[in-house]
Amino acid sequence: MDEIDEIVQEFLVESHENLDQLDRDLVALEREPGSRDLLGSIFRTIHTIKGTSGFLAFGKLESVTHVGENLLARLRDGKMSMTPQTTDVLLAMVDTVRDLLSAIEEHGGEGDAEVGAVVERISALLEGREPAVEVVPESLVESLVEDAVERADKSAAESAAEAVEAPDAPAAETPVVDAVADHPDDHPDDHHGRRSVADSSIRVDVDLLDTLMQLVGELVLTRNQIVRQAGDQQDVELTRSAQRLNLIASELQEGVMKTRMQPIDNLWAKLPRVVRDLGAHCGKRVALSMVGKETELDRSLLEAVKDPLTHLVRNAVDHGLETPEDRMAAGKPAEGVLTLRAFHEGGQVVVEVSDDGAGIDADKVGAKAVERGLRTANQLAQMTPTDVLQLIFLPGFSTAAAVTNVSGRGVGMDVVKTNIEAIGGTIEIESVVGRGTTCRLRIPLTLAIVPALTVECAGDRYAIPQLSLLELVALDADRAANAVEDVNGASVYRLRGSLLPLVRLADVLGVESDRSDGHVLIAVLQAEGKRFGLVIDRVLSTEEIVVKPLGTQLKAIGTYSGATILGDGRVALILDVQALARRVLNMDALDQEDRTGDDARGTAGRTLRLLVAGLGEGRKVAIPLSSVTRLENFDRTALERVGNREVVQYRGGILPVVRLNDYYGVASARDSEELVVVIYTVGDRSVALVVDEIVDIVDEVTEFHDDVTDHGVLGSTLVRDRIVEVLDVRAAIMSADPSFYADHEMPELQEAM
Amino acid sequence: MSARLVTFTLDGHLYGVDVTAVQEVLRGQPQTRIPLAPDAVSGLINLRGQVMSAVELRVRLGLPDRREDQEPMLVVVRVAGETIALLVDTIGAVMDVDDEQFEPPPDTLAGPGREFLVGAYKLEDQLLLSLDVDRAAAA
Repeated sequence: MDEIDEIVQEFLVESHENLDQLDRDLVALEREPGSRDLLGSIFRTIHTIKGTSGFLAFGKLESVTHVGENLLARLRDGKMSMTPQTTDVLLAMVDTVRDLLSAIEEHGGEGDAEVGAVVERISALLEGREPAVEVVPESLVESLVEDAVERADKSAAESAAEAVEAPDAPAAETPVVDAVADHPDDHPDDHHGRRSVADSSIRVDVDLLDTLMQLVGELVLTRNQIVRQAGDQQDVELTRSAQRLNLIASELQEGVMKTRMQPIDNLWAKLPRVVRDLGAHCGKRVALSMVGKETELDRSLLEAVKDPLTHLVRNAVDHGLETPEDRMAAGKPAEGVLTLRAFHEGGQVVVEVSDDGAGIDADKVGAKAVERGLRTANQLAQMTPTDVLQLIFLPGFSTAAAVTNVSGRGVGMDVVKTNIEAIGGTIEIESVVGRGTTCRLRIPLTLAIVPALTVECAGDRYAIPQLSLLELVALDADRAANAVEDVNGASVYRLRGSLLPLVRLADVLGVESDRSDGHVLIAVLQAEGKRFGLVIDRVLSTEEIVVKPLGTQLKAIGTYSGATILGDGRVALILDVQALARRVLNMDALDQEDRTGDDARGTAGRTLRLLVAGLGEGRKVAIPLSSVTRLENFDRTALERVGNREVVQYRGGILPVVRLNDYYGVASARDSEELVVVIYTVGDRSVALVVDEIVDIVDEVTEFHDDVTDHGVLGSTLVRDRIVEVLDVRAAIMSADPSFYADHEMPELQEAM
Repeated sequence: MSARLVTFTLDGHLYGVDVTAVQEVLRGQPQTRIPLAPDAVSGLINLRGQVMSAVELRVRLGLPDRREDQEPMLVVVRVAGETIALLVDTIGAVMDVDDEQFEPPPDTLAGPGREFLVGAYKLEDQLLLSLDVDRAAAA
């Protein structure tokens, strides 16, 4: 029902506007009866209303406009000429139309308005009979029609306005709130406080809105300056005024932004058709459900999101959903469900496109990426399945050949990602094989003004868009000395158990950091689906900044996405976190490749990154870091039993649990409700290794001493001058899940063929 | 044919740019330095809410650095739709020059100067070097 209502609403707004134009045109026409232009314009208006009313099944409206159209056609074609009578009749028709529209607006239907009279008059005129003005009114005061007719008779020029504004007897008692609607009503109270559709909205030139937006941007800047200066001075009055200014500017900004907002439904409205056609074309049955249609976003963004979104929807139907037969075979309903969901979250608009189709197999995506040389097998082994899925957004991943192998989701995804990122948005994909896929777009509400964190580095200030900022970590000198660790020259910080690569902004920019007290400030950023920590000198504040474009020679640097003017009038550069990540993280990848190159040359010792974990009775084991995907803390109660094995639910899957203490036959020294767990992954299979504590991550040239082998120990090695056993993870895992490596060793390609 | 140039000095020499390219002339403004930017781009300037890059003409023309205590002046030019501030030593005047006074740069002129100079106008007491503003301001 909602949809219908909206269409009717639009029809009403449009028609009211058209009718106002019509009144003016008709009056003007009387002065220059021969004007083809005016007649053409009037004809088109009536024609439009007729068409839409027919479509919406408003029979009376259609019949009135139909005869009106006939009359106008004759006039336009010169078969009849304008007379005062014709004008009267036409005006009467317009009033009737207006009346019907009011009825529709109030009651949702045409009601019992009388239209026969007007139709009769027009028909009479058409057939060349004497126009029988006085014959008409039978259901006398029933509606405004007659009123209008009488008035129209008196004076065509006055009629339109008067009929509306000064209705006669029956309506006089009714408080006239509505300018247009004036239908005798049993419940006059209904009129109170309700504005008619036409009055409650106006059309505004988009350019004007853009100008307003710009001005507000400037105002926000000036506000920032004043608020800052007021803060510096001890003037209470000034501070108070500044606060008020602050408040008003914020509200104004919000208000102006709202004017540019449009519901996402404007975009979605076209999708049911796309889905239907495409579904029919692919032989698939698709039910489209749309949630959150009313979610609004800036119109320029709406435009920018249009193509990517359509692409995602097409992809979902084309490649995501299976054919009805396949679905039945998989025990799913024959009809696939495609869900579009939009909602606001944290100052962003989130748009999700989910299907309940076959899903994407991260393994195959990974294999494809390796095959195409986008990632090495080593890199892949260190990625979580979710990270692997994001690889489909890489340029060069998708080709036509991918369509069959990787359920074809890769087609053009890099373009989608580029488009979304161009407007400061992000895209991520989630998928469960057999259950479906979800693409999630995060789009900023507006482009012109973004919330940002201002930071300082080497005495200069930079802005980091909040969009990329996850959190801030401050370490004092003592903690920093321990907490920032070194992985073969690359700094990392252990953030809640997982390693966060650190990047010093000063190094990236080639400047000299002026922080010498040992404190470390880390802005945890997310870009390209990866997290990294940006080490900065100081955090200043969060504020809304207005993005100013940079000149061409500065864009080429690729480190800054723009500039902004800070509260004191100075310019600050906005860091392009995406580009920064690309730059820094790729450098990392290159480093890694270099190192593996060294390995291949076969030096005496091997460089191996090891995660050293402590067990009971003082034993320490080292686990090759390349296979460790995550470090987690689980509550003891999270463990469940399946048969005689322990398992834990993790990210929608079930992992077998290996208690290394039990495996080595030592008593755990840990007495806590929380279990420290190392998630160890090979291919798409993972196990959860329970240890007592994570001791360290070391990266040293190691030599294995195989002569001291024990049950489940691969060898021992010297780590920082202490002997540590290197865990034979394989044996340990096989004890918990004998089939763990089975899948992986099977030649996968044969399966894929 | 004659030309009208806005003149300024750099390291004791007199330079000029076409008056139609010049938006305004103003005193030095606080600049924000841009790490990783080309050498000649010395920073960003806020000109009444508009952010523009500043190009140090001394660097561009291969002249020695300005003395620390000497405040630069800005010649704001519009080039290819962008507004750019050129940093100079002092501002001269708007000067009408005649084509008859013009001569292309001497063949012995080499280095960065060659790329950015259109030629010289022979004034009575000195030379007015005409700057190719498009090239000097770009990249």
